[in-house]
Amino acid sequence: MQFNQQMVALATIVRKEIKRFTRIWVQTLLPPVITMSLYFVIFGKLIGDRIGTMDGIAYMQFVVPGLIMMAVLTNSYSNVSSSFFSAKFQRSIEEILVSPTPNVIILLGYCAGGMARGLCVGVLVTLLALFFTDIHVHNWWVTVSVVIMTSLFFALAGFINAIYANTFDDISIVPTFILTPLTYLGGVFYSVSLLPDFWRWVSQLNPILHMVGAFRYGMLGTSEGNIWLAFLGLFLATLALFFISLHLLKHGKRLRA
Amino acid sequence: MTPALSIKNLHKVYANGLVALKGISLDVQAGDFFAVLGPNGAGKSTTIGIISSLVRKTDGQITVFGKDIDTHFSEAKQELGIVPQEFNFSMFEKVLDIVLQQGGYYGLPRAKALTQAEKYLRQLGLWDKRDTPARMLSGGMKRRLMIARALVHEPRILILDEPTAGVDIELRRSMWEFLRTINAEGTTIILTTHYLEEAESLCRHVAIIDQGEIVQNTTMKQLLKRLTKEVFICDVADDLGAAPTVEGYATHLIDEHSFEVEVEKGQSLNRVFSALDQAGVTVVSMRNKANRLEVLFVSMVSSQTSGEKARAV
Repeated sequence: MQFNQQMVALATIVRKEIKRFTRIWVQTLLPPVITMSLYFVIFGKLIGDRIGTMDGIAYMQFVVPGLIMMAVLTNSYSNVSSSFFSAKFQRSIEEILVSPTPNVIILLGYCAGGMARGLCVGVLVTLLALFFTDIHVHNWWVTVSVVIMTSLFFALAGFINAIYANTFDDISIVPTFILTPLTYLGGVFYSVSLLPDFWRWVSQLNPILHMVGAFRYGMLGTSEGNIWLAFLGLFLATLALFFISLHLLKHGKRLRA
Repeated sequence: MTPALSIKNLHKVYANGLVALKGISLDVQAGDFFAVLGPNGAGKSTTIGIISSLVRKTDGQITVFGKDIDTHFSEAKQELGIVPQEFNFSMFEKVLDIVLQQGGYYGLPRAKALTQAEKYLRQLGLWDKRDTPARMLSGGMKRRLMIARALVHEPRILILDEPTAGVDIELRRSMWEFLRTINAEGTTIILTTHYLEEAESLCRHVAIIDQGEIVQNTTMKQLLKRLTKEVFICDVADDLGAAPTVEGYATHLIDEHSFEVEVEKGQSLNRVFSALDQAGVTVVSMRNKANRLEVLFVSMVSSQTSGEKARAV
């Protein structure tokens, strides 16, 4: 398949994915916006006003980057896991598997679809946050690159989940039992400096803490950890998931008999 | 001449140990209309699955117009259009979108894909349904949608796995007509079917697979020549008390207005009519009792099965 044909195939998958999540926007775009509105009102405003500051920053300003990241990563993940698993379940994935579309294009197409939804929700949540506080971006390059890489990382993770999933239950296990606890314990609502030494050390093992920290640095200019180490870790982890996904596709794991 | 499709020594053993294919080999020439027949579980769909890369082969080689599907994956895929047995499109998407997307997966620019999609959706009577979600289509329409989808990139080989299963007779015949037309225009067609009348009516070559092996691979004419006996049912105008006697032919009474006559290979039907004419029996209609290919198919498959059983004993 020539390069321009591969780009046509990629555009086809991305267009299909975007069409899918916008067609069912009541299930895909609206719920995170409602959930985040509640977080802003309850945690940011009602409770936040009593908390005052966190690491020297007004609490509402502190939670905004975390909530944006939380929306981006959960939506990037769930878009790819549900879309790819549905395609597997309905067997419509065979439409692509019988075609000459290379595996890397299939992977990039689905991930781009997941990233499109994650970033779309991220933008909506950012606009929503403007109703509650002022937003200033300290470093655009860090902010944008971290959010894009995080979105890609979770899109890839959702892809791997969908490949291994046999039932719809299987694609809700990871978000429920792994993703949600890691997110809530990932410095979205609090600073790890509040934790005792042991739990602060344990928290360092949570990758979401570093992603949120790097993003918060991009927006607010303060960070609890080493921003460049977080950057490198995120880059390497994304690269690792990319090659694992590609390997699974190449070997037709749970896709080809 | 390079065959359109060449399968050599194809083996498939599934992870659960099931041996689906035991080294099948066959060539399909360009422009042919080729039937692959076999009972359920014979290995037909596994073979198609391997050709379409949905099933991984254990061993063997497949080439499409001389291009190996392992080493020239992309070029080989461009030549193939696959119509699977089960519906495998998203039921929530619109008919036109499904066909356009398939064009995109083969690298067709959108404008070109749209032209092609319109051409085949019109030919298959689905253009008026282009904005209808696939789940709203009837069973026959869904089958035609899969054919349009398989043709959108204009493959030189179209492989259909039981395309008319569950389709009513009128629609089946219109699909036959469509397949005859695209075959006449140069598309090589490979068809698996349970309707042996379909294979006899459409195909020039036939391979019969049973228990993962090819038990027959020949032309339809050659295959039908192997019939040793055919049974015809004759409907008569007057009441019959007994089956008419025709010397050299076995006859059996079915009811008072019809009887059957067995015609051995080489025997003439003229002698039957002469004898009936002399006996004052007026035949108003005559038909073959069983599909001719069906008789051969059953005899070949059952002889293979009994051979297996004998070996097992």
